Amino acid sequence: MVTDPPCSVAQVLTPDSRVSLVAARGLVKRFGDFTAVDGIDFEIYRGESFGFLGPNGAGKTSTMKMVSCISPPTEGSLTVLGQDPKTKGPQIRARLGLVPQEDSLELELSAMDNLMMYGRYFDLPRAEIKRRATELLEFTQLSERANEKADNFSGGMKRRLTIARSLISDPDLLILDEPTTGLDPQARHLVWERLYRLKSEGVTLVITTHYMDEAEQLCDRLVVMDRGKIVAEGAPQALIQQHSTREVLELRFGMDGHGPRAAAVADLADRVEELPDRLLLYVGDGDEALAAVHARGLAPLSALVRRSTLEDVFLRLTGRTLVD
Amino acid sequence: MALASTLRVFPTGAFGSRRAVHMLERNTMIYRKGWYFLVSGFFEPLFYLLSLGIGLNHLIGDVHVANRAVTYAAFVAPGMLATSAMNGSMLDATFNTFFRLRVDHTYDSVMATPLSVEDIALGELSWCLTRGSLYSVSFLVCMWALGDTLSAWAILCLPIAILTSLAFASAGMAACTFLRSWQDFDLVMLALLPMFLFSATFFPIGQYPGWLQLVVRATPLYQGVALARGCNLGVFNWAMAGHAGYLVVMSFAGIVLTSRRFRKLLTP
Repeated sequence: MVTDPPCSVAQVLTPDSRVSLVAARGLVKRFGDFTAVDGIDFEIYRGESFGFLGPNGAGKTSTMKMVSCISPPTEGSLTVLGQDPKTKGPQIRARLGLVPQEDSLELELSAMDNLMMYGRYFDLPRAEIKRRATELLEFTQLSERANEKADNFSGGMKRRLTIARSLISDPDLLILDEPTTGLDPQARHLVWERLYRLKSEGVTLVITTHYMDEAEQLCDRLVVMDRGKIVAEGAPQALIQQHSTREVLELRFGMDGHGPRAAAVADLADRVEELPDRLLLYVGDGDEALAAVHARGLAPLSALVRRSTLEDVFLRLTGRTLVD
Repeated sequence: MALASTLRVFPTGAFGSRRAVHMLERNTMIYRKGWYFLVSGFFEPLFYLLSLGIGLNHLIGDVHVANRAVTYAAFVAPGMLATSAMNGSMLDATFNTFFRLRVDHTYDSVMATPLSVEDIALGELSWCLTRGSLYSVSFLVCMWALGDTLSAWAILCLPIAILTSLAFASAGMAACTFLRSWQDFDLVMLALLPMFLFSATFFPIGQYPGWLQLVVRATPLYQGVALARGCNLGVFNWAMAGHAGYLVVMSFAGIVLTSRRFRKLLTP
């Protein structure tokens, strides 16, 4: 286990000293006739871990590109680190770390050289980059393969190297666009663990994801996005409490359709959702509801009682699932 | 890197900042591993000049230009210098830029740093130019060693070659931002090959019928060929100021268009 903190350790903050790092009002991004981001408001404070949860095409990446001062907003106001991206793009970017959806590493170069080169874009002296790079490769558990070509790395290692790269400038704000999309479960957990460590060290994180478990684990606060709009905002647990029941009973019947069964159990739950392959019953006590289902002579092929998640929140708010 | 320091005198306010130097550092780092690709560029002119000198000199005999009889190799050499400046910078500016822009997404990762689109464009152009200049120096040295330089003024062929490189690199880079797939590179070749063959590279422009002379005089490569040939002979005239002006305007237009296109593509 690595015990040394990475070089981007933010200050310890008291909960009431909320310093706004990003503020957006009526933010809009259009590409021709298509509106990717449709007038959203949000504020991100120093030291918190802020998430954008939503399905593909919700406008998360467009929002990230605006926050990272790469793509200019079409309308609305945006302040990043107290400055206007329109006029201070390079100055703001000097203090941001970005982990884009596509790693875009220099595959011909070694892990160490990737960091050496990236540090130069930030005008850092070589000796300082070398010192930070050594620390960051340690932090991302790549030290042993520091001199190996990035081309030989697995998806998870590439992603970790991209995270190390984004930290080379000791950023005030770390932006991660879908940090674990495309990784296998083991690699995902390794990335989560590293991000959790950064978070506990007080680094401000902005994360987009369409995985509700990622959002629940990593985000202190999040917004749920759908079709370019924010449909809900709050802490993960608060959102679940506000928009869903404590438990969910999932019932699978045969191939002959769930429709008639939905009607038969409707009165047992606060709400029933019918998905192509299963019925979701939103209830306070799942086991009790399942007993009632059996008492009515209905015999589901399988039944599962679980806690409500952000997935249920999204389903409630939009009528659709997050991952198709 | 000589060019890194000349960047400081370049009008950087309009076309990027000092940070453009980091693109040169990047490419140096990448090519450190593939240095042998660079070496091939040094041998190319030697092969050209040797084949022309040994082969065609004897078949063709002397060529009469500017009231003077010169060997065919000495006549062709400055044309080949301008042509190799064109080819080298066009290939670099189109193929490599396309790869970094569309395939490797190198520029996307650079856009997340303090560099601006203008810095990227300026840095990449400087890289093309640095490489092109090295090749031109080696070409000129080969010319001199093989006895194809005709006057001390031949040394001016170097700035001429660099200006030709700049004009084609900036225009090529702008053009490459419009290419959608590797197939589109056939269009680039379609533009380069006739210029290579017809820009009075291989024989005096007087050999062409009148209408074709007009076409040739309008091509960018002809400007470089005419300038380099004049310098090699040590014969100067006012038309050469026009040729140089053509290349300077082409360079600036290319840089402005490249920056504009990069902005459109990299900051969507």
